[in-house]
Amino acid sequence: MSAVSAHGGEHEQTTTGLNHRKMLMWAFLGSDCMFFGSLIATYLVYKGKSKVGPYPIEVFDIPVTSVSTFVLLMSSMSMVLAYSALMKGSLKGFRIWIASTAIMGMTFLAFQVFEFTDFATHKIEVDCAKIHGESLDSLEHELAEKCKPGDGIISEDHGLTLRTNLFGTTFFTLTGFHGAHVSIGVIWLLSLFFYSFRKGGITPQRHLDVDLAALYWHFVDVVWIVIFTVVYLFGVFEGF
Amino acid sequence: MDNTHTSSDQTHPSATTYVTVAATLSIITAIEVGIFYLTWLSYGIIPILVILSGAKFALVAMFYMHLKYDARLFTTFFVGGFVLATLVIFALLVLFRFF
Repeated sequence: MSAVSAHGGEHEQTTTGLNHRKMLMWAFLGSDCMFFGSLIATYLVYKGKSKVGPYPIEVFDIPVTSVSTFVLLMSSMSMVLAYSALMKGSLKGFRIWIASTAIMGMTFLAFQVFEFTDFATHKIEVDCAKIHGESLDSLEHELAEKCKPGDGIISEDHGLTLRTNLFGTTFFTLTGFHGAHVSIGVIWLLSLFFYSFRKGGITPQRHLDVDLAALYWHFVDVVWIVIFTVVYLFGVFEGF
Repeated sequence: MDNTHTSSDQTHPSATTYVTVAATLSIITAIEVGIFYLTWLSYGIIPILVILSGAKFALVAMFYMHLKYDARLFTTFFVGGFVLATLVIFALLVLFRFF
């Protein structure tokens, strides 16, 4: 495949007139849609089928996940700004924005690690002195039955792991695979950042390397948009 | 290694457009979270959240992934995969009597 166009607007010398690498990336993203589609379908199919808790409503923290969602959305903006800076010939601007994107990606991953740890160490607490008249869910009610006269606050480990119940299995598989995609994306972005210090490594003429990484990064963003709504927001909505 | 680009790459939006899209995405996310706490909406929350997240998905795909400006064939690849994924989801939900 020969390199014909730089900024002249000519077509690629391929049968489709399109760059093969870019087409391959789009084909991969299309197939990855089906991969995540099957994981989301599995999560939904088994939603509400867990025999034991914890259940989504007990562990999800929507405000925290909203912040991590916001961080990932903003990383998509910094990614396009990195690409835009490169196209304008500003290598310094490119480095700043792509480093920002990688940092925001790592922040998102940190949120995910925090969330997974929080779920795994989830506890339920009951104040034995105030159980009368309090509205308790089924698990709290079970724990309250263990209250002895004179007891204060008692707690019990009720962590969520891959093996706890169907919710844990489907949730960690889905979000874990997404997290793995983000991790690969962060490594890719950091590679481009360091590669840009090599003479002739990243130039406006060789922008396709950045374009492909950007497409991948935006893809993990759109997948998260779906996961946030379907898994988190619908997850704690009792009617769904 | 071929690092060239196609003619459509020349029509990418400006940095201002990217920032405007980011602001819109943030506002939509805030609305989503806000709506989530309106319990009186009951089942009405489902279509609203689907529409809002669909809008976010479309904004990212069109402006950040440049599908609005790039070759149609790229859109076909991506939308084809997305439609197939959606069909798989609904097929499994029907098969497992989710509804």
